[in-house]
Formats: sequence, structure tokens, C-alpha cells
Amino acid sequence: METRATRVGLRVWTLLVVLFLWAPLILVAVYAFNKSNIQSWPISGWTTHWFSVAWHDPDVRSALWLSVKVGLLATAVALVLGSMAAFAIHRFRFFGRESVSFLLLLPIALPGIITGMALNSFYVFAQVKFSIWTIVIGHATFCVVVVYNNVLARLRRSSPSLIEASMDLGADGWQTFRFVVWPVLSTALIAGGLLAFALSFDEIIVTTFTAGAQTTLPIFILDNLRMGQQFPIVNVVAFVVILLTVIPVTIAQRLTADTGLLRRDTRRTVVAETPGSGAV
Amino acid sequence: MSSDAARAGPSLRGARLRFSATFWRRPWVKALALLTLPVGAFVVVYIGSLAILFVSAFWTVDSFTGKLQHIWNIDNFRQIFSTSDPTYLRIAGRTIGIAAAVTVTDAILAFPLAYYMARLASRRSRAVLFIAVLLPLWSSYLVRIYAWRLILSSDGVLNWALNGVGLPNANIAYTNWAMWIVFSYVWLPFMVLPVYAALERIPESYLEASGDLGAGGWRTFRNVILPLALPGVVAGSIFTFSLTLGDYVTPLLVGGAGSSFIGNVVYDFVGINANVPFAAAFATVPVMVMGVYLVVARRLGAFEAL
Repeated sequence: METRATRVGLRVWTLLVVLFLWAPLILVAVYAFNKSNIQSWPISGWTTHWFSVAWHDPDVRSALWLSVKVGLLATAVALVLGSMAAFAIHRFRFFGRESVSFLLLLPIALPGIITGMALNSFYVFAQVKFSIWTIVIGHATFCVVVVYNNVLARLRRSSPSLIEASMDLGADGWQTFRFVVWPVLSTALIAGGLLAFALSFDEIIVTTFTAGAQTTLPIFILDNLRMGQQFPIVNVVAFVVILLTVIPVTIAQRLTADTGLLRRDTRRTVVAETPGSGAV
Repeated sequence: MSSDAARAGPSLRGARLRFSATFWRRPWVKALALLTLPVGAFVVVYIGSLAILFVSAFWTVDSFTGKLQHIWNIDNFRQIFSTSDPTYLRIAGRTIGIAAAVTVTDAILAFPLAYYMARLASRRSRAVLFIAVLLPLWSSYLVRIYAWRLILSSDGVLNWALNGVGLPNANIAYTNWAMWIVFSYVWLPFMVLPVYAALERIPESYLEASGDLGAGGWRTFRNVILPLALPGVVAGSIFTFSLTLGDYVTPLLVGGAGSSFIGNVVYDFVGINANVPFAAAFATVPVMVMGVYLVVARRLGAFEAL
């Protein structure tokens, strides 16, 4: 029904918007190889020098290490809590079922600053000292829902009669889990875990409220940007952060291509997938 | 069953079978076992935190000692909504205004793209476009803001390109314009995806029927496609609006002096000023605005389109 002119117009518009989305990311990648330590365009030459500088920088190392640790721990917590909740919600009908979904997606539905502030006042109130665990708890709150959604979507697609058949054939709970449930779920769990890690790894808002004096990689970037220092190192770190979030997401998308999970998988549209979304 | 257990030998297996049978026969035990930990953790830590936060909005901080005083009052809210000193009202107005501008911008940018993806693109290019929209969404939000600092800075790409075609420098770094661009950029994928989903769901037969009844392209668009896509746009706007409303990093990094958002004030009051009650009170403003927004969005059918 579209005229030829409309089609061409739409195509050009699409191209421009995609360019708008990607140009800044490519630019960050280019700046990471910038020879000069002055941030002007066009860059004066190419070098990988700053990569080794960044790699040997003790601040960058400790920030990277903290971010990785937090990401792994938050992902582990999210995997356990998220799949437990998904199993329960999938398997049982009970009073308050909808509110469980709603509860889990609250940390994403509310602005990050609210979550961060709330946790901050909780820690102050309960006199909890800031440590890696305060960050992990902060990150886990919004990572749980990602795992939960992935696992729940997979469970909904798998047939409950498989489990019944396994039990009828004499398998105990562990065997059923090991040989029936796990093969069905594994890719959903891995995908959920990767997404949770990606979310945690570049999170900044909740982190600033739950980290105290600790420095994660995003906090390292933010601090240096605010102080206006170490730009060459920041460029490299920024580039690495992009890679470290894009790679897991791409793998996760492959793993769940059949369910098309990522089709709706944005931090928030994920949320909307769940039954509780009506109440958001 | 028993022979099976006997063959397995050790009583461990028998115990395991009894264990799983218990769960199988009493599903509520299993439900309880599964839910206690996640729900308990969430209620205690998260809901508990939120409760403490919102209660503290009605407390004050002693201006001399800096200690929290548990005296109930609404002074914080009075200060925020004060018309004689409209500092905070102005900040709230700026936040909401830019959030609205960003939402409209993203809708305009996203709609043709989503339309192309849903109705014109081949299967293959649709998949490519999907990744093209999705990956920026997941890549670091902080880094994407930083990219715009590089672009907008006085010797950045933008001015280089402008000078290249003989135009003067655009000095928009550290202004509200910069914030508008950056917010529109970072949240754009959140608008594309729901609009795409809504457009994709429109059955081809509706468009044929419209054509058969004599409607031209434009009329079909206005009377068939647009009303059916609207819930998708509203769904997307929930994200763009709410994410902008609660942000403080973008104003910090690309906004100038006097471009504070609600989030920045909240951040400062938690940190430097150590006045959590006031921060909590001000933080209720975006939550209330979002509450109203969600009620309206629900009426427009946005939740079905999510």
C-alpha cells in the first residue's frame, strides 16, 4: 500500500536511525586506539599503547576485578533465587501468585535511584558496613528478574508431562532434575546468567549508593570523567566494557533464539512479559 | 518401585525417593520451600528498604548535629512544593519537561524504523535490524553517554563535521540540548521494540480490507495502522519517560551548570548534604508522576502492547 517514495523514505530513515545508534559506539572503539592523549577529532594516529597502560594500571585492575567478582556473585544469587521463584510460579497456583511476579520486577520498574537510595538507607539503618556484599545485594535485586523471566518462559514452553513420565518410570527428584529438567533448562539458565552478568557489569546508579568507597569499573569511568583525568585509559576501559557486555548478550541471544526471548528482552520489556505486568 | 530401590542398593536411594515423594504428594511444601528464600529475601531487603525510605521522607535532620530526628512532619514536602522558593519546583519541571521531549523525539525517530522493520524489511534484514537495535540497548549505558561527550565537545566530531561543510561550531556541550540528545539516544531502543511488536501484530487482512473499502495509503495509515500501533507507542513511552525521570548520570556528565535533575538533587542530598529525609521526599515526585502516567497508559491499552 506504500508508494515507492514512501518506501524509499522509510528505508533512508531506518538507515539514518541505525547510524545514529551505532556511530557513538564505533567512535568509542576508535578513540580507544587514539595515539594522542588529547581528545580531539580526527584522532592523530593509531596505537594499542593505552591498552597495555590500562592493563598495568593498578586502579583499573582492582576495579575490573571487583566488577567481575560482583558480576559473578550477583549472577549466582540471581540464578538461585530467580529459578526457584520461576519453578514455584510455573508449577503452582496460589493466592498472591501475581504479586510475587510484581515483587520481583519492582527493582527494574522503579527508577534505579530509588532502589539505590532505599538500599542505602537500609544499610545505614541496619548499620551494615559497605563491602562487596552490599553491592552484590544491590545488583542481585535487579538481576533476579532476568533469570526468572528466562527460566519461566522456557518452563512454559516445556511439557509438564515430561516430569510426570520421569516420575512414573521410577526416577527420584534428583534424577528427574538431572536428566529431564536440566537439559530443557540449561540454555535458558546460561542465557539468563549471561544477561544478568551483563546488567551487573555495567551498572552504575545502584552501585554508587551501595559501594561506599569501593570502585567498580563503571565507577572508575564515572569518577575519571567527572575529574576530567586519564582520558586515554577511560577510552580503553569504555571499549572493553562495551565488548564485555555485548559478547554475553550476543551469546545469550543465540542460546535462546528458538524461544525468541531476546526479542522482548530489554531490561524493562522483559518485565512486561510476566503475568504481574498488568499491575505495574 | 521397591525392586528398583533394592537394586539401587543403599538406603540412600530409598531416602531420596521418599524425599521426592513427600514433595510430590504435598505440593504446598515444595511451593513453600521454593518461594521462602527468594520472596523472603525480597520482602526483607527490598520492600523493607523502600518502607524505610518512604517513612524517612516524613522525618527531618537536625541542622546542627546532622542527626536524624524521628519527628513526623511534612516540612520536606513543604520545601519542595514551596512557591516562594521555586528551586525544587523548577528542577522537577525541567526533569518532567525534558522527559516529555525525549519521549516525543524517540517516538518520532522510532516509528518509521519500526514500521520498516515490521512491514517492509525482508526476513534477513529484519533480523539484522533487530540486532542493530538490541545491542546498543545492552551495551553500557555509561559508555554511551561518554561517547556523546566525545562527539559534542568543542573539538569533537560534531564541530569537525560542521566546520567541514562550512558551518560554525555548535556549542551545545553541557546544555539542556545535549541532555535532550543523549537521553533520546540512550533510550531509543526501548521505544523501537514495543512499537515494532505492535505494528507486527496488525493482520495484513485489515490493510487489504481498508484498501478494498476504498481507503488510500494515507487514510489506511491514519485510520487503521495508527490506532492499532498507539498502544505500542504508549508502552515505549513508559520506558523513555520513566528512565529519563529517574536519571542523574546524564545531567551529571553532559548537562551544564543549572541543569540538575530530580535525581541529581536526590543524589547530593544522600551524599554530600547527608539529608536522606529530604532526598526521600523529593524522590517521591518521580514515583508519583510515574504512577499517574501508568494509570493513563493503562487506559490507552499500553499494558496489552508491552
